[in-house]
Amino acid sequence: MSDEKPFVHPYIPNSVPEVKARMLREIGVKSVDELYADIPERLRFRGRMNLPEPLTSESSLKRHVEAVLSKNRSAAECLCFLGGGCWPHYVPAVCDEVNRRSEFLTAYAGEPYEDHGRFQALFEYESLMAELLDMDVVNVPTFDWCQAASTSVRMAGRITKRDEVLVAGTTGPDRLLTMKNYCRGVMTVTTVAHDPETGRMDLDDLAAKFTDRTAAVYFENPSYLGFLETEGRRIADLAHGRGGLCIVGADPSSLGVLEPPSRYGADIVCGDIQPLGIHMNFGGGQAGFIATRDEERFVMEYPSRLFGIARTSVPGEYGFGDVAYDRTSFGVREKGKEFVGTATALWGITAGVYLALMGPRGMADLGQVILQRSQYAMKRIAGLPGVKAPRFRGPHFKEFVVDFSGSGKTVAAVNQALLERGIFGGRDLSIDFPGLAGCALYCVTEIHAAGDIDRLVLSLEEVLR
Amino acid sequence: MRVRAFHQAKWDEEVIFELSTPGERGILVPPAEKAVSDAVGDGISAVPEALRRKTPPALPEISQMRVLKHYLRLSQENLGADLNVDIGQGTCTVKYSPKVNDVLAASSKAAELHPLQDESTVQGALEIFHGLDLFLREVSGLDRFSFQPASGSAAILAMVSIIQAWHESRGEGGTRDEIITTIFSHPSDAAAAAVKGFKVITIHQNEDGLPDLEALKKAVSGRTAGALITNPEDTGIFNPKIDEITALVRRAGGLCGYDQANANGILGVTRAREAGFDMCFFNLHKTFGTPHGCGGPACGALGVTARLADFLPVPVVDRAADGRYVLRYDLARTIGKIRSFHGVFPAVLKAYAWVMSLGEEGLREVANVAVLNNNYILSKVKKIRGASAPFAPGRHRIEQVRYSWEKLHADTGVTTEDVTLRMADFGFHLWSSHHPFIVPEPFTIEPTESYSKAEIDEYLAALEKIAEEAYTDPAKVKGAPYNSVVHRIDPGWFDDPAQWAITWRAYLKKHGHEKIR
Repeated sequence: MSDEKPFVHPYIPNSVPEVKARMLREIGVKSVDELYADIPERLRFRGRMNLPEPLTSESSLKRHVEAVLSKNRSAAECLCFLGGGCWPHYVPAVCDEVNRRSEFLTAYAGEPYEDHGRFQALFEYESLMAELLDMDVVNVPTFDWCQAASTSVRMAGRITKRDEVLVAGTTGPDRLLTMKNYCRGVMTVTTVAHDPETGRMDLDDLAAKFTDRTAAVYFENPSYLGFLETEGRRIADLAHGRGGLCIVGADPSSLGVLEPPSRYGADIVCGDIQPLGIHMNFGGGQAGFIATRDEERFVMEYPSRLFGIARTSVPGEYGFGDVAYDRTSFGVREKGKEFVGTATALWGITAGVYLALMGPRGMADLGQVILQRSQYAMKRIAGLPGVKAPRFRGPHFKEFVVDFSGSGKTVAAVNQALLERGIFGGRDLSIDFPGLAGCALYCVTEIHAAGDIDRLVLSLEEVLR
Repeated sequence: MRVRAFHQAKWDEEVIFELSTPGERGILVPPAEKAVSDAVGDGISAVPEALRRKTPPALPEISQMRVLKHYLRLSQENLGADLNVDIGQGTCTVKYSPKVNDVLAASSKAAELHPLQDESTVQGALEIFHGLDLFLREVSGLDRFSFQPASGSAAILAMVSIIQAWHESRGEGGTRDEIITTIFSHPSDAAAAAVKGFKVITIHQNEDGLPDLEALKKAVSGRTAGALITNPEDTGIFNPKIDEITALVRRAGGLCGYDQANANGILGVTRAREAGFDMCFFNLHKTFGTPHGCGGPACGALGVTARLADFLPVPVVDRAADGRYVLRYDLARTIGKIRSFHGVFPAVLKAYAWVMSLGEEGLREVANVAVLNNNYILSKVKKIRGASAPFAPGRHRIEQVRYSWEKLHADTGVTTEDVTLRMADFGFHLWSSHHPFIVPEPFTIEPTESYSKAEIDEYLAALEKIAEEAYTDPAKVKGAPYNSVVHRIDPGWFDDPAQWAITWRAYLKKHGHEKIR
C-alpha cells in the first residue's frame, strides 16, 4: 500500500519525513532505530503484528465501527427491565454536555493550579453526595460498587484490627466475588443466612456468627433482590455491641425518599453512582462511592484521593487540594492504604452535575415515582396466572423478584419470547442464586411509563399462555 | 521560540451550594400516571416509617442554565490535553484521543447497552472485545486478554490475584508469600501486592539507573511468588537484562507480571513474550489513546500466557465455531471478579477504533515518533541551565525521561514545585512526578507521538525561560502562578483532622465562623 509513500498519519504530526530528519539531526543520530540501541537483538521483535489493514481515513473508520455496532440492539430500541447493578435511568442532557467537554474529558492528573476546575468539581461531587448520604466524608469515586464495598470491608478490617467480614447472603453476586478475591489471603468473607420469606438478614445467624474476629457486617439496602432491609438499626446495634462496624451498600437513586443508612447506624456507606446521570455503557458507566463520618480513624483508612477546600494567598479565593495525601500508595507505596490511581473521576463530576440539577425535590420526586411505578409493575405482574411478584414479602425499591416457577415456563424461555417482542426481561436469577430457580430480577425506574409496564404485562400474558 | 502570553479563564466561581435559591429546579422528573397512582397510591406509604427519609437532602436548588454555566466555567478553569501541550505528565502518556472515537462511543448502540442483555443483542459489542483481544495478543505476544480491570492498578491487582491463585492451585499458597518489584516501577506494583497480603521486596537501582541484578539474585527464593516490573521504568531507560530477571524469577518458581501501563515507545519493537513474562497489561487510556477523563473511567487490559488463561476473571469473550460471540464464565480456576460486568466498554471501543485507524505500520510509527520526540527533548533539556537527566549518561531513552532540577535548586533555591507553578502561567502543565523521590527535584517529560515539533519547542522555550528567571529573578518564579485560576494554595488544613474539610458541610462545620469568602 504505502511502499513508496511515507506513512503520515493525522494523529502523528512528526511523521512528516522532513521534520523527522531535522529532529534526528538535532539528536545526533541517523535513524530512529539507533535510539533503540539499548534493546538487545534477542529481545527485538522482528516479526509483523498481524493486525487488520488500517482504516486511516476517518470516514472509513467510522463506517466500519458503526457497522459493527449496528449488530447491537440497544435498550433505547427495546424496553429494558434489566437492573442488577446497572440500571436504565434518564440521563439529563446537561450531564452529557459537561462530561463531553474536552477540558474535562482529556485532562488527567494535573495540579490544582492549571486544573482548578477538576478539583472544584470533584470537591463539589463529594459535597453533594455527602448531603444525600448525610455523612461528612465522601471519596473521589473508585471503579464501581464492587470495589467500593471491597475497600469498605478492608477499611473496617484495619480500623478494628479484625480479619473477618459477615456479608448478607443476598449480596449482589459480582460484589461478593470481587470482595472475596480482594480479601483473599488477608480477610475471610462469610455469608449470613436470610429469611426465605422476606429476604431480610437472619439476625440469629448474624448473632451466632459475629465473633471477636468480625470486623464488620455488610448488607445492601435496597438489596440486590430489591427488597428493603427493614432491620438495619438492629443489625448495626448488634455489630456495634460486639466491637464491629456496620457497612451498608445503598442505591443513591433511593435516597430522596429512603432514610440514608447513616441514620440507622451505618459507619461506612458505599454504592454505585451510575444511576446519577451516567449511561449504562454496557456496564462501563459504573463508579463507586465510599462515605464515612469525619473522624480521623476513618479518614486515614481511605485509599482514595480526598479533595479538600483551602485558602490561597489571595483573601477570598477558594483553593483545593489533596487531604492527607501521605496515606496513599502514591506517597508511600506498599505502606499506603491499598492503592490509588486512575478510577472514575469523570463519572464523579457527572454525578455532581446530576445532583445539582435534581436538587432535594428532584431526588424526592425520583424516588417516589420509582416506588410508584415499581409497585404498579409488581401489582400487575402478580395478577398473571402462575406468577408470584414480588417473590419476597415486604417493601421494595426499584427492583423485585418475579417467580415464574409456577407458570410451567423457565425464565430463559420467557425472556426469549419477550425478546422477540422487543423487551429485555429480568435477569435470570437461577444463574447466581440456586434457591431462586425460576425467578427473575425486574427493574422499574422513572423511564418506564405506565404504558411500558402495561406492554410488559400484556406480553407476559401472551408468553405464559 | 516565543512563549505564549497566556491567561487561564478565572471565573472566581462560587462553590455550587452558594448558587442555591429555594424553589428553583434544574430538571423535572415525570410524575406517575393517574392509572399508577390510582392503583398504588403515593408509593411512599408502602415504606415503613423508620425507613422513610425525614429531612430532605440539603442539595442546592438551581435552575438548569445556571447549573450548566457553573460547570462550563469550571471546565474553562481546567486544562485538558486538547488545549495543552500535555507532555509534562511523564509516565501518564497523555496523547491525542481522537474525537471520532468519542462520537462512536456516544452512539446509543454503545451507550445504551445493558451489560446483562441477551448475547444475541450485543454481538457487535462482543465482537469489539474479541477484536481488541486479538490485536493485543499481537502487540504482546501473549495468548488471551481480559478487559475487566478498570485501570492499571486494577490490572496489577488482577496479576497479583492470579499469582496467588496459581500457587494455591499448586499447593504452594502458604509458602510463596513474597513479591518482588523495583523502585522505579509504579507505586501500585508494590501496593497492590500488599493488598493481597504479600510481603513486598523492592529492588533499588544501580548506578546505571537499572534494577540491581545482584540484589535481585539475593532476593529470589522458594518464597518468591512472583515479580511485577515496569520496563522501561519511569527513568525511560530500557533494561536490557529484563529477560535475565524474568528467568531468575521463573526458575525459582515465581510468575512474572509486566507493568506495561505505558508501552508507547515499544509497540512492535519488543514484547512481553520475548522478555519472558507470564502476564502483562496495557492501559488503554495511555498507550491506546482513550481519554483520561480527569482520572478515569479507564481500562487496564490484562494479558496472560495460555497456561494462565483459566485464571482470568470472568467472563471472557470467545468466538464460537458458528461465528457467534459468547461470554464464557466456565474458567476452571478463575480468580472470580475484579470489577462488575465486563469492564469499561467505552474504553475498549475507543482503543479498538484507535488500532483500526493505525494498523501495524501506524503502531510502529507511534512508537518510533514517541521515542524520537523524547530523545529530541532530552537533547534540548540537557542544555537548559540547572536541568539534568540523572543516570545512564550518553544513552538514549525510550518514551520518557525523569529529569532533575537539582542544580537549579542548589544554585537558586527554586524547586520543581516552583517551576510547575510557573509553567501554569504559560498554559502548560509540568508534573512533580510520583514516588520514588530518589531523583532530587524531579520532573518527568513524556511527549508521546501526538505533539508537533513546534509545540514541543514552545514547551521547551517555557522551561528555558523559567530556568533563566530562576537565575535572574528567583522571586518571580517563587511567586507564581500569576496567570492561572488560583494563587498559591495554603496546605495548612490538608493534614490537620481538626481543619481538613473534604465536603462543603464539613467546611461549614469547621470553618463556618471564619469562612474563606
